[in-house]
Amino acid sequence: MSKPDGPGFVRRVTGKLSRTVEPQVDEDLWASIQLARHAERPYTLDYINRICSDFEEMHGDRLFGDDPAMVAGFGRFNGRPVAIVGQQKGRDTNERTYRNFGMASPEGYRKSMRVMEIANRLGIPVITLIDTPGAFPGASAEERGQGGAISRSMQLMWRLDVPVIAVVIGEGSSGGALGLGIADKVLMLENSTYSVISPEGASAILWRDASQAKQAAQAFKPTAANCYRWGVADAVVPEPAGGAHTDYDQAAEILGQYLERTLVELEGLTPAERRTARRDRFRRLGPLRDPENGMAMVSGRDTPPPG
Amino acid sequence: MSRVGRNINVSFERLRHLGHRQDRPRRIASDAGTCPKCDSHYSADEMRRNMRVCPACGHHFAVTARERLSQLGEPGGFTELWPDLRAADPLQFTDLKPYVERIRDAESSTGMGEAIVCAELEIRHVPCVAAIMDFSFMGGSMGAVVGEKFARACEYAAQKGVPFVVLSSSGGARMQEGTLALMQMAKTVIALDALADARVPVIVILAHPTTGGVWASFASLGDVTYAEPGALIAFSGPRVIEETTREVLPSDFGRAERQLANGQVDAVVDRRELAARIGRVLAILAPPPGQAAQTGGSLQWAQDAAGGVGRAAQSFPEAARKAINKILPSGGDDTEGGE
Repeated sequence: MSKPDGPGFVRRVTGKLSRTVEPQVDEDLWASIQLARHAERPYTLDYINRICSDFEEMHGDRLFGDDPAMVAGFGRFNGRPVAIVGQQKGRDTNERTYRNFGMASPEGYRKSMRVMEIANRLGIPVITLIDTPGAFPGASAEERGQGGAISRSMQLMWRLDVPVIAVVIGEGSSGGALGLGIADKVLMLENSTYSVISPEGASAILWRDASQAKQAAQAFKPTAANCYRWGVADAVVPEPAGGAHTDYDQAAEILGQYLERTLVELEGLTPAERRTARRDRFRRLGPLRDPENGMAMVSGRDTPPPG
Repeated sequence: MSRVGRNINVSFERLRHLGHRQDRPRRIASDAGTCPKCDSHYSADEMRRNMRVCPACGHHFAVTARERLSQLGEPGGFTELWPDLRAADPLQFTDLKPYVERIRDAESSTGMGEAIVCAELEIRHVPCVAAIMDFSFMGGSMGAVVGEKFARACEYAAQKGVPFVVLSSSGGARMQEGTLALMQMAKTVIALDALADARVPVIVILAHPTTGGVWASFASLGDVTYAEPGALIAFSGPRVIEETTREVLPSDFGRAERQLANGQVDAVVDRRELAARIGRVLAILAPPPGQAAQTGGSLQWAQDAAGGVGRAAQSFPEAARKAINKILPSGGDDTEGGE
């Protein structure tokens, strides 16, 4: 595989869409999925510290505890206040354990909801950064209502009057990712993935064999370009040549530009317009066969993401 | 032999019976059931009459969506809504078998079109809209059709101003529809708010199993939440948790009774009492037909959001006045006629 280089890479990612239909393993797709969870990939705080000045992190859900797998707080972005929340992965073994591999517990979602509620009351836009293999699968999390924490987080995000932008910065897997994903606009970094389950999990469930991750990824094809085509993502944010991990500053700068552009666009709408569009955006997703309305509800796009 | 040896007082009759039971072929008519818990054996007719609950030990067997509707509804039956929606195959998905083949197999083995049946019916004389999931259709998994039918059912119930009754039984999102199946979680959660706007209650019944993306979306958002005895209710199933965290889980992990203790459900309700229980709570919570449409309004997010902060200021006095009117003895001057 040739080294990805600059904006042209976006086009090459989309260029291979037609090829992913074929059954053989697409190495480019697998490479892109591996980049999404590269050990050196910038994480939520790496972006927050670069796009925000004066970030004030909040801790605790005021009910049970503080979840280090979720970062939530307020900062200034290009002069305006924003609320930012996102799952946080760890860099070394100790930090990975501390951050629970970016797998949030109910406390994490409730902390993030607490911050979003404040933001809504004060009229501050909300940005979420999604990077998780899934919500934490543990008995303690279940006892404290993991399911309800995720569903209520989605419900709250849909109800927000302020602009909401979700960005998938790395790995967006399962309901744990979607718990931060109800937004006016969903952006995805070029090498990020957004999937119903991780390739390894899918392989274990559907192929009954954990070693079929590559084949599972092939079947799900959860790349940014495909998500754009399905209507799941509204824009694909380019990464520096070789992937976001090669240049944190540039990756954050490009993301900042996309966020600014999107925020300005959303700030031009009334809360009612935003909420109606937000609802309709998710209402349309999911093609099916309906004999009454012709054949299919098509939610996807035919055009590749603008490079 | 060892069974006999331990129990010397066993009668000859009993011995003959044991021998007979062990010799008897295990194969049973497809519709009948042998209880996995207590090994009691029932005919198809007995099972149906007892709502597929073991009369001996109370074990709850799986029930199809259509049978559920006849269990919950009045003898007059129900009107099924949007029965013709069918799954597409947006990913041209193939695991061990192509998705289209799995759908075809599920259709022919269950006689259903999808994993959810929506219907208009009366439960104990209260008109309502119901969305009933069926685990036998691809594990009750939620793809685009389940999401769409659920959302339409919410909107329909809101428009009619009648309560919405959900019965969940699902392994979660439908893997074969990939990311688009995940998005149905968002669709269903948002659709539920139509009912909040219409001020009608949402009753959720959690049947075995309710896991993954279904538990983490609409199934955990009921106003009143009942669970059937023994139902597994969890975001992550026990196997996933044990594999990921190496925890050793108690045998009743995630079961309805434990989730009641965890504060995740309002009550564990035996299936044979379910219709009466729903009827009772609906009689308390559900306004008579027609009234909801008149009183709804101040919770209509989408419309009122236009006012932004002003929304609270505008709607509060109205809401407060209505609340006061309710408290005041009837016959007072403060009728709502002036609105």
